[in-house]
Formats: sequence, C-alpha cells, structure tokens
Amino acid sequence: MRSGEFHTSYRVDMAIFETARARWILTAFLVVLFVLPIFGSSYWLDVLNRAAIAVIAAMGLNILTGFTGQISLGNAAFMAIGAYTTAWLANRGLPFVIVIPVAGITAALAGMVFGVPSLRLKGLYLAMATLAAHFIVEFAVTHWDSVTGGVAGTSVPFPSLFGFTLASDRALAFLILPACILHLWFAKNLFRTRVGKAFVAIRDHDISAEVMGVEVFRFKLLSFGVSSFYVGVAGSLLAYQARIISPENFPLSLAIDQLGMIIVGGLGSVLGSILGAVFLTVLTELLRLATGALSGTFPALIQLFAPLKLGVFGLTIVLFLIFEPDGLAAGWRRVRNYFRLYPFAY
Amino acid sequence: MEFFLQLVLNGLVVGSIYSLLALGFVIIYKSSGILNFAQGEFLLLGAYVFLAISSMHAPILAALLLTFAFSAILGIVLERVVLRPLIGEPIISVIMVTLGLSSVLRAIVQGIWGTDTRPLPTVFSLEPIQLGPLPIARGYLYSAVAVAVLLVILTAFFKYARPGIAMRATADSQQVALSMGISVRRIFALSWSIAAVVSAAGGVLLGTMRGGVDGSLAILGLKVLPVVIVGGLDSIGGAIVGGLLIGVLENLSGGYLDPVFGGGVKEVAPFVALVLILMIRPYGFFGKVRIERV
Repeated sequence: MRSGEFHTSYRVDMAIFETARARWILTAFLVVLFVLPIFGSSYWLDVLNRAAIAVIAAMGLNILTGFTGQISLGNAAFMAIGAYTTAWLANRGLPFVIVIPVAGITAALAGMVFGVPSLRLKGLYLAMATLAAHFIVEFAVTHWDSVTGGVAGTSVPFPSLFGFTLASDRALAFLILPACILHLWFAKNLFRTRVGKAFVAIRDHDISAEVMGVEVFRFKLLSFGVSSFYVGVAGSLLAYQARIISPENFPLSLAIDQLGMIIVGGLGSVLGSILGAVFLTVLTELLRLATGALSGTFPALIQLFAPLKLGVFGLTIVLFLIFEPDGLAAGWRRVRNYFRLYPFAY
Repeated sequence: MEFFLQLVLNGLVVGSIYSLLALGFVIIYKSSGILNFAQGEFLLLGAYVFLAISSMHAPILAALLLTFAFSAILGIVLERVVLRPLIGEPIISVIMVTLGLSSVLRAIVQGIWGTDTRPLPTVFSLEPIQLGPLPIARGYLYSAVAVAVLLVILTAFFKYARPGIAMRATADSQQVALSMGISVRRIFALSWSIAAVVSAAGGVLLGTMRGGVDGSLAILGLKVLPVVIVGGLDSIGGAIVGGLLIGVLENLSGGYLDPVFGGGVKEVAPFVALVLILMIRPYGFFGKVRIERV
C-alpha cells in the first residue's frame, strides 16, 4: 500500500507521469477523445471544437501570465492577427499545414512587438500596454479594408491539404484535437527545459532571476513570442471553424474570458488551462441549453441570456478568486492525492 | 484656426470629465494599490440609477443626491465583500476580480435596463452660447464648471479635512498610518465610495452630453487608463492635467486625422499615446519614480 510520493532520482522527479497508472489513464482518455467525434452530434462537435480552441488559447495565455507572470489583456488582438492571417493566406489557396504555423508566427511577432514595453514595465503597467495593443489592433483591423474586409469581415475557405478539404465539424475536430494535444504536449515539456525554468524564475522574482544569470528581457520577449504563437494558432483554427471573421469575433471580452479561464483553471498549470477552458465553455453551453429549455415557461429569458451569461462569468471569477484562488487544478490535485494515498494519507 | 480652437475647447470640456474619472481611479490606486477596471461600470450604473430615479418625477437635484448616496453605499459594500478578501493577493488576482466585478455590474445593468439607448433628462440645456469667437453648448460650459467645482472640493478635502489627510497618510505608508491610529480598512472603504461617487457624477455628465445612456458609456471608463498613465498613476494633480491633455489630444486627432483614416481615430489615439508614454516615461509626467533595491 502506498503512503506517499518518494522520488529517489532526478529522473523520476522530472518525469511527466508520476505513476504508470497516470500514463494508462491518459492513453485511455485520448482514445475516448478521438472516438467521440465519430458519434457526436453536430451541436456537440461544435462545442468540442470551440473548447479545444479555447484550451490552446488559454494555454498560450497561461505561459505568459501564469508561468512568466506578465499580465496580458491583448489576447483577443493576437487571436485576431492569427485569424486574419489565416483568412488572407487560405484565400490564396495555401494548405492548412502552412497557413496555421504562419498565422502563429505572425501573431508571435506582433506579440513580441507589444512585449517590448515589458522590459521596463511590470504588473499593472503591462496590463495597460497590452490593453492598448488590443485597441490599436482593433483599429487596424476595422480600417485596413483591403486585407481584413473592414467591419463587414471576410470569409475563410475550408482547410485543405493536397486536394482534401475538411468540410464538416467532424472533419475539423480531427484537425483541431491533434493540434490542441500537440500544443499541450509542447507546453508540458517546455517547463522541463532551461527556457521554461527561466520563465518561472522571472515570475517568482525577476531581480533574483537576473542575478542568477537569466537574461530577463530576452526570456520575457521569448515568453511573449511563444504565448502569442499559441494564441495565433487558436485564432487561425477559430477562423477555419467560424468560416466568416469580422472584428466582432474578437472583442475585449474575449481576452477577459481567457484570463477568466486560467484563473478558474489555475495559474501556472497546464492541467489548469485545460480544465478552466473546458469548464467555462461548457458552463456557457449549459446556460444556453437551460435558458432554451425554460424559455417555453418564461419567454423573457431569451433576452436575458446575454446578461445572464456575463453575470455568471463574472460571478464565477469573483467566487473562484475569493474561495479557490489556485483554481480547479489545485482542487483536482487535492482530490487525487486523497485517493492515491487512501487510506494512509497523513 | 477657429476649427483648431473649437476642437481644443471641446477637448477641454470632455477632458475635464476624464480628469474627474481619473481622480476616482487614482484615489483607489493610491490608498490600496488596486487598479479598478470596473470604473466604467460604476459610471454606467451611476447614469442608469440617475435615470431611474429621475424618471419617477424626482427633481433633478434630489435625483443627483440620491444617485450619489447609492454610489457611495455601492462602493463601500463592494470593497467590504469583494476586495477585502483579496488584500495581499498577487496583482493578477486583484485585476481579475475587478474585471469579474465589471462583468457582473454590466450584466445587472443589461438585465434591468436592456441594451437600447435611453435618453437622460436634460440637466443642462444644450443651446449654444458665444464664448468670444467660439460657440459652445451651454451644457458643456456648465459641465466644465461643475467638474471644476468638484475638483476644487476634492483637492481641499485631501489638503484640509481629517479623513482626507488620513487617506494621504495611508497612501504614503500603510504601516505608519496604522500605528498613528488610522483605520486603514475604513480608508479603503472611503476611497471606493468616493471613486464610485465621482464616477456616477462623470456618468451623468457624459450621458447628458451624448444625449443618452447605453452600454457603450462603460468603454469611456477604460479611457481613464491613458489619462492616469500620462499623469502618473499616483498623482492627483497628474490625473487632472492628464485628463485635459487626453481630452484635447483625442479631439484634435479625431478632427484632423478622421478624414484620413475614415473615422475612429478618436477612440484609438489615447491608447497610442499610452503606449508611447509607457515606452518613454513609464511613471508618467507627475508620478513617483520607483527605484528597486534588493
């Protein structure tokens, strides 16, 4: 019977899977995840796709905010950059294997430009710089008609590769899910490397990090780059999924939603990004279903859906911050450790 | 030249309201170190409460006073229930809680009043009068005067009134203030209620100027950020100067650049200024430069 975690070598301590059982559970989960789209209805496939996209975006934001400690309100802007790059390239007939990475890289470059002020700014000030980035990108997107289609927006063709087109939510799921898993896997491994540890050092204390030989500015910029790459890819997938994108797809509230996801899930945790993004996406859907079901008895409810969604979102964040500041990931860890060591936990 | 002066004049009037809002923002930041992203919603809620009370045929002045009383209580309650549990938590938590709060408040406003634009009762007539060579709406002038009076009252409050001095002491050092017998908690509550009241005043004035209230009023709350960055986050004088500067800047850039870009410059210009100032002088023109030592 186990009574605790006893790591006897660095190898074991660094391992991704703490136990062999964790590996089996994850494998089983992935198998179920890939079988699911074959049977899902089109509505739930849509939810699944959006949740997976949200997971990528939340993971990107978590790299910057949760792991490196740089607060960003510019996520919607970087998503927009990824999405519009996708629209522009895809309309010129390029396959998605080229379009998606290029969209990510474009967003990463933009992210690094707006990350430059982070050399001198911290915390509160950086939040404002990225907020400004949001409004500037929004202005550019609405006014650069020849590329973005302005307020009316622009359409995006189905993703294609060598003549195959992914023309349904089901087919898209088999593009979006692997992309999501790939990005999560990369993030999980990133924080086992020098670079990832430098990020965490900067978050914990930037001056100490500098004293210990971490080039703070370089790694901050790199963190902005990696994070914006994730967000750009999420934007690219969103463009493929939404088919038509306009500035309305990327409001400031999208950036706030994503911050909410990592708060609810847990800052500085890969698992937290997943849990938070899925939790908030599913919560919104449940709310939609509930108002839909009750609208027969209370017709006024349909108009109340938007404020209700907003209020539930805000309330969730406030309650989590007050009662569970470490998010769902911490709660999950508590439950898991309880059962893992049952009945000899002490 | 006339066009230029007209833009500057309008900018000063709108800017004076920004100053007022920025003051509310700076008061909270100075006393408790919290950036209040829900300021725009305070403004919105203030304007709607004023609308609701005055639609019950209350006289304007009574409606205004009731709105202020409501805002003051709202500020105290929010500080006690939402912000106090987060004292000492990391910045991101505090920023997020004000963002969450702003969602809840906006939801309440939308749920009760919907999203249509509602006309406000006219506090001032908008008939133009001649100011030298320039015509200016009477309401603008009154609004500028009202803001000036409020700013003078607040400045005097900080300089001479006991609670005002206590607030400045708290801003300087919470520990010293505590040891001098100042209740820092009460100061936090006071700063939130003052911020809510000035925001409500700003909301009513801006609502009157634009001829009605709707959700877009809350966006103006975010314009406070460039203002406080120009002035320096912790400077009351800076907030006033910054408000006027940003007001003039957005009107000038809107007036001259809108034909070039096809509109919308007014909304983005303050944020471009924000980025530039952050790169050149991150602590604003009047803020305290913080030197870090290990």
